[in-house]
Amino acid sequence: MSAATRRVSRFFALKRKYLAFPYILFLILFILIPAILILFYAFTDETGAPSFDALVSFFSTPSKLSVLLVSLFMGLQTTLICLLLGYPAAYFLADRKINRNAVLVVLFIMPMWINFVIRTGATRDLLSAIGLDGGSHPWEATLIGMVQNYLPFTILPLYTTMLKLDRSQMEAAADLGCPPWKVFVRNVLPQSLPGIVSASEMVFMPVMSSYVISDTLSEGKITLFGNSIYLNFSNSQWNDGSFMALVFLVLIGLSMLVTRRFERDPAAERGGGLW
Amino acid sequence: MRRQRTLEERKELGVRIGANAYVYLLLFLMYVPVLALVLFSFTGSVNFGTWSGFSFELYVTLFQDEEIMRALGNTVILALLSSLCSVVLGTLGAVGIHEWRRRSKSLAEALTQIPVVTPEIVLALSLVIMFVFLGNYVYAGFGLSFWTLLIGHICLSLPFVYLSVKPKLLQMDPALYEAALDLGSTPRKALYQVTLPAILPGILSGFLLALTLSLDDFIVTSFTRGAGLLSGAQMIETLSTLVQARIKKGPLPPQMRALTTLIFLFVILVVAIVTFLMLHKRKGKRHAERRNA
Repeated sequence: MSAATRRVSRFFALKRKYLAFPYILFLILFILIPAILILFYAFTDETGAPSFDALVSFFSTPSKLSVLLVSLFMGLQTTLICLLLGYPAAYFLADRKINRNAVLVVLFIMPMWINFVIRTGATRDLLSAIGLDGGSHPWEATLIGMVQNYLPFTILPLYTTMLKLDRSQMEAAADLGCPPWKVFVRNVLPQSLPGIVSASEMVFMPVMSSYVISDTLSEGKITLFGNSIYLNFSNSQWNDGSFMALVFLVLIGLSMLVTRRFERDPAAERGGGLW
Repeated sequence: MRRQRTLEERKELGVRIGANAYVYLLLFLMYVPVLALVLFSFTGSVNFGTWSGFSFELYVTLFQDEEIMRALGNTVILALLSSLCSVVLGTLGAVGIHEWRRRSKSLAEALTQIPVVTPEIVLALSLVIMFVFLGNYVYAGFGLSFWTLLIGHICLSLPFVYLSVKPKLLQMDPALYEAALDLGSTPRKALYQVTLPAILPGILSGFLLALTLSLDDFIVTSFTRGAGLLSGAQMIETLSTLVQARIKKGPLPPQMRALTTLIFLFVILVVAIVTFLMLHKRKGKRHAERRNA
């Protein structure tokens, strides 16, 4: 490299750096500052003076605390059902002895490209046609809608993990006389743990914060975090809404701490190699 | 010996049939609403689930329904515009941050992660609060408009464009860019002719992801929208907000069955083309490998 070109390239290397400035500026203006404003609004009152009104009202109003419980419960139940349904499906799809058709996986993702509000409306109409309307069975109807919407998000991460399963380990275990259920519990399950964790991440929080599905399928009878924040928004209750959002962010932070520990679990990384 | 093997084979066949049956059953259950929409799009009946004879009536009334057409137009315009902005900002961001030192780089990546882990509704609320704040304390004339909606949709997809371009930059050989400069190319030309082609697949997948996110969005749209676009002086309606407002009051509008069928056909077509191209490419690669061997 001649001295001149080196100088040119160094000069431009400096310039390539600057290309990111609009991106960073956008993120600071429209992500970081709004996030800080949430914090500000959560601990002030309508006049802008510091106050703990939103905090006190959240923890002393049973209906608000029940939003937290109901959301947690709905999130857990949906995640569990999605995992129970999706795990075997992902396993079968990734097993070359059972499925050699890659198009099948695409078929599982395809519904995601149809507008989810239309799909939710159709599900609601069909469910009420068979007597499972939100008026009489709000919880069941919402649960079915949630599972239907979030199942692809469960299957996809599980499938990518299953593709990486070390099948020789499983075969060796079986050859050495290990019963199938034991192979599953002690080898397949630990190997696929990262997939289970990321699949749960894809379902749990989005369910808790969803609005359209729970509002439509339960006919407004079930209030999740999403519905509650939406209500605060439509009534312009910025302080209460911000506190709600803050509680939710804290929950997310906590769950990320838990899942990060799972991801760093050396046993999971080794794929349960030693047993 | 022989008997045992056939027994095992039979067992394996049983497992295969059972597993496939499970997968297809699950797939069927997931498609029930879509299939029902497609089936009942070919009848004029207003009630979803009753068949009143075959007709294309819904397809005709779909295109005559001005409200739906306007919402569809808004949705497409908004998706294209916001995806384009996201692609430009995100690609430049990825190329630039790739050159940053480790510390500032990890700060920028942390900033990128915020909108990825934050639920949409919190993101939307924080944006609206900022816009309200601006209106209250900074500039009284500031209100929600098409521009705030556009910003909302860019926020939604921007980090995903960054995240799909970044791995392509990591895969790229940095010597290529240097070599282009050494051979007398101007930096700008090297960027266009060396870097851009190498990261193009990432840019394209980022664009597609951005389109998908914008087309399907309800929350950010209903929070940040104002008047504008095809809706004129009225609140902007996209497909999601229009359908949500209708299904809150009653059953799904029958024209939506026809629309879903058309969207579904389009998706199948795109998936088929992409699958075909990928198979073709893989075959080509295999040929090349064989030739090299």
